[in-house]
Amino acid sequence: MTDDELRLKSIYYRKNVLKYIKKANAGHTGGSLSCVDILNVLYNRILNVSPETFADPKRDRYIQSKGHSVEALYVVLADKGFFPESDLETLCRYGSHYVGHPTRKVNGVEQNTGALGHGLAFSVGVAISAKKDNADYKVYTLLGDGELAEGSNWESLLAAAHYDLDNLTAIIDRNNLQITGKTEDVCDIEPLAAKCKAFGWRVENVDGHDITALTDVLRAIPLEAGIPNMVIANTTKGKGISFMENDYKWHHRVPDDKQYRQAQRELDALLGEIES
Amino acid sequence: MKSEAGLKLGKANLEVFSETLLSLARQNKNVLAVTSDSRGSGKLVPFAACVPEQIIEVGIAEQNLVGISAGLASTGKIVYAVSPASFLTARALEQIKNDVCYSDQPVKLVGISAGVSYGALGSTHHSTHDLAVLRAVNNITIIVPADNFETEEAIKAAATIPHPVYIRFGKRPMYHLHGPGTEFQVGKSIVIREGTDITFIATGETVYHALMASRVLEEKGQTCRVISMHTVKPLDVEAVLHAAHDSQALITVEEHSVSGGLGEACAAVLA
Repeated sequence: MTDDELRLKSIYYRKNVLKYIKKANAGHTGGSLSCVDILNVLYNRILNVSPETFADPKRDRYIQSKGHSVEALYVVLADKGFFPESDLETLCRYGSHYVGHPTRKVNGVEQNTGALGHGLAFSVGVAISAKKDNADYKVYTLLGDGELAEGSNWESLLAAAHYDLDNLTAIIDRNNLQITGKTEDVCDIEPLAAKCKAFGWRVENVDGHDITALTDVLRAIPLEAGIPNMVIANTTKGKGISFMENDYKWHHRVPDDKQYRQAQRELDALLGEIES
Repeated sequence: MKSEAGLKLGKANLEVFSETLLSLARQNKNVLAVTSDSRGSGKLVPFAACVPEQIIEVGIAEQNLVGISAGLASTGKIVYAVSPASFLTARALEQIKNDVCYSDQPVKLVGISAGVSYGALGSTHHSTHDLAVLRAVNNITIIVPADNFETEEAIKAAATIPHPVYIRFGKRPMYHLHGPGTEFQVGKSIVIREGTDITFIATGETVYHALMASRVLEEKGQTCRVISMHTVKPLDVEAVLHAAHDSQALITVEEHSVSGGLGEACAAVLA
């Protein structure tokens, strides 16, 4: 697929994220919209995984540590054929497996997440296992920037460097916002890149909405032999919807009917721009 | 050395654990021990020397210990996460709940120096909460072996259980409580002594003390049944009901808070 085809896909993903959040009347809107392009590039260009190979021990692993952005993951997994998209009609309904954070009951999900600060340690375990087996699959995990205040992450950063896990990539969805407001106001994590370098990681900054740039950096993994990889993906919370962008209040707000129609119109306009 | 009751003193359950794990690891390279700077207190120094590729050290970081163990287990490794019970089940409780139990990753959590084994070191190191908190977590088998035989059997059984398991024990040498031919089955208690007046339902290292108490009572004319309830969850409900039916009184014994442990589990069956 060309870069433009992936850009179109991102817009369709965003339209679906909003569609199912609106239908469920629940969801983490801002953070799902910020990580769509990352998931798009991972699942359409990087990860060696498909519904047919999901049971293969040598598949690449994707663990979504920021589990609350599950709507983006569900929409991408449905597009990749892990389950029929119509399943998402049941999102957050009583009795549905499609609950508001990832669970292994949903085909394509590697690990139950939702409580923050868990995905990186799990990913370290998988990456150590790959090293022990001399297997060449890779492990990718997506963390939120607010999530980095969880101390468990820093235990995992230590361990990943200690075990030379160049098969592990942590992607930070650096949208600068969390539920209470600006990440820097809640608990300052900067200088993030310098901290992670000091913990023994190779760190790359990238525009987290630039399909080409994301592809280039993720295809270059491992960035350096014997060193774990961190990609700080600079993103915009609520990306693509003018009135949601950079507004922390959209962390888990559901658009009303008028807002929903406007959001879809804005995304349709973006589709038109790319198609022309 | 023999006790007053003629029981033979064995090894510490901790030692039996480490020997059994080494034996399993030698047979299968997928058996891993994961430690949080706990190989010394877990008697795993010989393990590390014999099968160095099968021990993973994460440093003093119990949350990481459990999270990494879950990741390893997800790839098919047979993972024993070894740490003092106090830290393992309190510091890393959320990892146990979510990464292991909710996600159904078959990690074998081994709580060493459990209960009040650390004695005078103080309450920071005691685990008199672990059975209570883990009983309240869905999808975990809890085993508290009483002697060397039960420990060896529990460690071996855990390797074959495709779901989360927690095993906890102390570090003092234990008397052998079982004769040859005794069968160990997870979830099925063992009657060590038969009697009709009183039944002791005990777990772990207190089973011995229950047995000693039963001998004292017998001298006073009370015959006692002594049950080793090595599996606290799922509880052998049938054994509790039979004991309640057959005996005048039930006494539960455990190295744990009276809140949420074996006693409350048995009381809930009879309520």
